[in-house]
Parts: sequence; structure tokens; C-alpha cells
Amino acid sequence: MSLSQRVDSDQQLARLLQIGIVLEEVTEARANNHRESLPEPDAELESLLADAAEESAAHRDRLDGLIDSLAADSIPFDEIDALVEASYGQTKPEDFDGVLYDQLCNEETAYKFYDDMIDAIEASDAAFSVDRAHLLSVLRTLRDAERDAVETVTTIMEQRE
Amino acid sequence: MNTADQYLKAIYLIQQDDNSPAATGRVAEMLDVSPASANEMIGKLEARGLAEHEKYKGVSLTDDGIVKARDALQTYCIIERFLVNVLDVEDFRGEARELEPVIDGTVAERLDTIIDRKSECPDCFDPELDACGCLDVEPLEEAAAD
Repeated sequence: MSLSQRVDSDQQLARLLQIGIVLEEVTEARANNHRESLPEPDAELESLLADAAEESAAHRDRLDGLIDSLAADSIPFDEIDALVEASYGQTKPEDFDGVLYDQLCNEETAYKFYDDMIDAIEASDAAFSVDRAHLLSVLRTLRDAERDAVETVTTIMEQRE
Repeated sequence: MNTADQYLKAIYLIQQDDNSPAATGRVAEMLDVSPASANEMIGKLEARGLAEHEKYKGVSLTDDGIVKARDALQTYCIIERFLVNVLDVEDFRGEARELEPVIDGTVAERLDTIIDRKSECPDCFDPELDACGCLDVEPLEEAAAD
């Protein structure tokens, strides 16, 4: 059993990047679903969710680019979408507060994931197929975007209290 | 999941298996660490009120320790199920062990939204199989022989 909180191989790195893609897929699909099923029109929330979906798609592409550099397989996006769709009905938020809370969970989770991954890469001296500086730069950019997204959602939540 | 969580999970599984306190040697063996390292971490768990160590008998988890151990086991089950059912990974045990220290419980919870985990989790975990008992996977010996 590994007890090291670090990334030691291309294989482990590729798998973590794939998990990042899945998290972004989940965020994108749930944001789109929320937007289409709001109980009544809400321009602010619709804009927030559209931006979140767009940002997650962009993040997914950047992660996919890193996986390409590692010569690892990408993941079947269609299957992930189908899984999110299949589970959405059971975990769908009931109201505006629920939508915002779910969105906050998505952004916070992504932030935590990138933050842990950066720590784990920094703790390792393994040589990866992808340039380490580029890898860390991409992950830090994504983490910062998630932090900003958390702040945006939190601000809207506070304004609506 | 941090290192302390991995110790809690190991102690929990050994305690379940033996129906008695977990010997430090067995904990060290399961985690592939030295007995000295295991002793040191068990001391930290004791200081945090998560475990109680009795000389010559072994270590037992407190109620708080059991709650944390079950959370850690659930996170591990989510990682395994995700690797098998979503990414179709053959060596899911090996990869789950590698990913376990880097995947936080909150991240596992999001992955959990797209896997079909059973309500009995984590009691479904089978230490002999080193996997969720509800997963349709080969026993360890056959998997190793492939």
C-alpha cells in the first residue's frame, strides 16, 4: 500500500488527469442540467451556470492536452455524460439554493483536487514525459480559476441570503 | 486521503478480521511500512483520541476512530468502483492504492455521483478480495496469475 502523498509515475499522473477530466465533465453536465431545469427564469443563475459549463469544457480540453503529452488513453466522454445523465435525476437540487450549493460543491471539489495534485507533484522528484514546469503551470491556472469560481458562487449566495 | 486515514482503515480491517485489537506487526505488514513507523503513527492516533494502544495486545479504534476509518474505507471503495466501472482499469487494486493518498474524501464524493455504489458500503468491502464484495471482479490469486 502506498503511503506517499506524491505522484511517482506517468501512469499515476495520467490517471489523476483523467479523474480531473471526469470532475470537469460532472461540473459541465450538471451546470447544463441545472440551467435547463431551473424552476423559473433567473438571468443571474443562468449566466453563472453557462459560464461554469463553458469553463469546465475549457479545463477539460487543457487536461486532455496534458494526457496527450503523456501518450496515455483519453477517456470516453460520451460514457461519462451518460453516467451523469443517469444519476442526475436522483441527485437533482430542489430549488435555487440547492443549485447554488451544488455548484459550490463542484467548484470547491475541483479546487481541492488541483491543490492536492499540485502538492503531490511538488513532493515528487519523478521525471514525467510532460514538462514539469508546464504541467504545474497548467494545474495552477486551473486551480486559480476554480478558486475564483468558488468566490463568485459564494458572493451570489451571500447576496441572496 | 491522508496517511493517518490509511492507518485507521488498516487497523479497522484487521480488527474486523481478528475480532480483537490489531497487532502492530500486522498493521505494519498491511501498509508495508516498518514496525517503528507503525508505532509512531499509532501514537499520533492515540494522541488524537482515535485509537487506544494496549501493550502486548495491540491497537483498537475508539468510536471516533471507527467513524473516520469507515469514511476512509468508503473513499477507497469509491476509487475502486470508479476505476473498474468508469475507466475499466484492469489493475484497479494497484492503482487504487496509488491514488488513495492523493484523492480527498470530497473528490471521492463527487466521483460517487456517477457510480452505482450500494447502500451497504463500506460493509460490503471484502478484505480477502481486497475489493468491494459487490464488484464483479476476479479473486486476488486469479488476478495476479493473469
